[in-house]
Amino acid sequence: MSSVEAGISGVGLRRDTHRDPAALTPLRGLPLAPAVVLLAVFLLGPILYCIWSAFTDMALTGASGTNFVGFANFIRAFSSAEFGQSVLYTVFFTVVSAIIGQNVLGMALALLMRAGNRVVRAVVSAVVIGAWVIPEVVAGYLWSAFLGTDGSLNHLLAAIGLPVQNLLYTTPILAVSIANIWRGTAFSMLVYSAALSEVPKDIEEAAVVDGAGTWRTLVSITLPMVRRSIATNLMLITLQTLSVFGLIWTMTKGGPSNKSETLPLYAYQQAFQFSQLGYGTALALVLLLVGGVFSVIYLRTLQPRDQP
Amino acid sequence: MAIHPEQPARRRTGRNRRVLAAVVAVLLAIALAACGGGPDKAAASKITVTYKQTGGNPVYEQFLGAAKAEFERANPGITVNLQPITATDSDYLTRLQLQMRSPRTSPDLVYEDTFQINSDIEAGYLRPLDDQLNAWPDWHQFSDTAKGAGKALDGKTYGVPDGTDTRGIWFNKEIFAKAGLPTDWQPKTWDDVLSAARTIKAKVPGVIPFNVYSGKAVGEAASIQGFEMLLYGTGDTLYDLPARKWVLGSKGFIESLQFVKTVFSEQLGPTPQQALDPNWQYKVGQQLLPKAELAIDLDGSWISHYWRPTDAAPWPRWSTVLGTAAMPTQTGQAPGRVSMSGGWTWAIPKNAANPDKAWEFIKLISDRQHHVTWDIANTQIPVRTDVASDPSYLAANPTNAFFSSLVPVTHYRPAYALYPRISSEIQVATESVMTGTADVASAARTYDDRVKAIAGDAVMTAAGS
Repeated sequence: MSSVEAGISGVGLRRDTHRDPAALTPLRGLPLAPAVVLLAVFLLGPILYCIWSAFTDMALTGASGTNFVGFANFIRAFSSAEFGQSVLYTVFFTVVSAIIGQNVLGMALALLMRAGNRVVRAVVSAVVIGAWVIPEVVAGYLWSAFLGTDGSLNHLLAAIGLPVQNLLYTTPILAVSIANIWRGTAFSMLVYSAALSEVPKDIEEAAVVDGAGTWRTLVSITLPMVRRSIATNLMLITLQTLSVFGLIWTMTKGGPSNKSETLPLYAYQQAFQFSQLGYGTALALVLLLVGGVFSVIYLRTLQPRDQP
Repeated sequence: MAIHPEQPARRRTGRNRRVLAAVVAVLLAIALAACGGGPDKAAASKITVTYKQTGGNPVYEQFLGAAKAEFERANPGITVNLQPITATDSDYLTRLQLQMRSPRTSPDLVYEDTFQINSDIEAGYLRPLDDQLNAWPDWHQFSDTAKGAGKALDGKTYGVPDGTDTRGIWFNKEIFAKAGLPTDWQPKTWDDVLSAARTIKAKVPGVIPFNVYSGKAVGEAASIQGFEMLLYGTGDTLYDLPARKWVLGSKGFIESLQFVKTVFSEQLGPTPQQALDPNWQYKVGQQLLPKAELAIDLDGSWISHYWRPTDAAPWPRWSTVLGTAAMPTQTGQAPGRVSMSGGWTWAIPKNAANPDKAWEFIKLISDRQHHVTWDIANTQIPVRTDVASDPSYLAANPTNAFFSSLVPVTHYRPAYALYPRISSEIQVATESVMTGTADVASAARTYDDRVKAIAGDAVMTAAGS
């Protein structure tokens, strides 16, 4: 809403002129009004409606009225084993696929590409970005076909004499995490490539002259210099990954035995399969809180100490 | 993370703020009014019909398209607006409910699953049709069980069924011959089913002996095609209608779970992993049965529609290869056979703009000739007695006569508002015994606990336990 605030302060400044303020202010405010109205109707409205419905027993079907129920939805969530389990799966999925997988792999690829020649760079970025551009649902189907018991991976493993895997059934949360790493690494790679190209070559060269090895240069010079990009990237990929739905839905539908049911899938099931919109919205708010917790952690730990 | 620009030190006066607020309020009101819109002027001359379109299945479009042309010829000046929703069953219901919530988006006529109709009635989405039905001579042709399909707990009828389905056993006669079993097989008890499966396992390797749907991945199929086909054959039930309570802790419930456990632990069925594939139903119908990789399948009356020349898995020989048998009751107790039924109804939303014409349209598509066409095209079990005995219906599909004969022993699900959640708990219970994560007693206990949490006071403990 910063444009609104800016607009209002603009109105305030007008007070110093010699013209009659009462005649002018509505006119001055008028050009902003459409934007304010659009924001209120399409952004603020749904958000408030969502927060309100999280405190009601609103149902898609089965009941005709909607009653305010206070914190009942949240109490029910926090006392439900299924909810606790899905929070754990959500955190696992986010940590493994975003924070560790996409982030580290994206950085590694960006560093390696900086060292590679033009052809290698072109081929690698085409492949990685290709995975990113593929629609979520298609990626989900590709991975369930690849990891399935009759899938390509098992044919490959069998051909070279290795034992076959059964990830989609035994540890589905790991299977969807791998798929999400595959799909999302391009984003981190692009962010880091851009950040690394901003690191002045002479500083790194100075470190090398001072006797720092490759690892030392990376840890002491390069990474601290792209610290802000790391924070931004972590924040973005975490929030993206927390809300991943389509990929998991196409691969496992949250199963088997709910072993890959993250919060978005649990909320969808409660809201639309069991028609409990109020409870589903409350779960969505909890998801928002989880995202908020991650954001605060990043802001705290990756804040440069030498802030200007 | 909002970035606040430097605020000027000077304050606005209250007057300025009031003026600004007024401007915003006026514009907001205009915008909301523009979003709102008035009642549709063309409503009186239009009826909107919402129905489900699954994949490339053309039967709805063909049937309703022809009915639309006919209706528009008979009622000049009226347009029938067919509005399919292309989605899976559960997504269809969600989108339908969202449409019916508001008078601006509500259709005039909707296609409602009996699975959901009671819930939508309780939500106040539909209007009772009793006055119209009493004045409609054809209603007497509908069988009594079918009349109950759209009837709510308040005793009023809200939907006109367009057909139903039954469930029973499909078996591969060629595999049976190889195993030395009779090809005119009709099991009398659950043990007969199990012993046939054991024989097949021993004599015909490489074939899945018996499929009974279980686990959450196949959704409602695990409840109605699987578990409830067992439970309703034990004499116990899910819901006590006179008491209006969900039944917990019944002996039949435990023994049905035990049956599922036996099938999976003796490896008479698919592996749990196969059975937990979300596409398992389609694999059974379109691959395993046609390729003779499955001997006995507890499934729906409609599955032969996969094998028609125009459909997903054409299989001209299906009617000679496959036999049908009724699912027996547990120990052969009366009536000896059991079946479950679902089906769909036509209903008129409370928010319909043109309910009278919508009713006229229902009458048209529910007359004898239209039901004959429809039941044949969509492999339905007739709900009209005059259609059930219609020679062209009986001749259309070799299994029509058999599956229609199960109507007298069939049960409808207790599809009240809580049913989808209770059904999901049934799926969880079957899944935990099939995968071995819980034994029968603890799976049943978990079910009881969860149903208590869902239904509150509306539960009762089964008699004799």
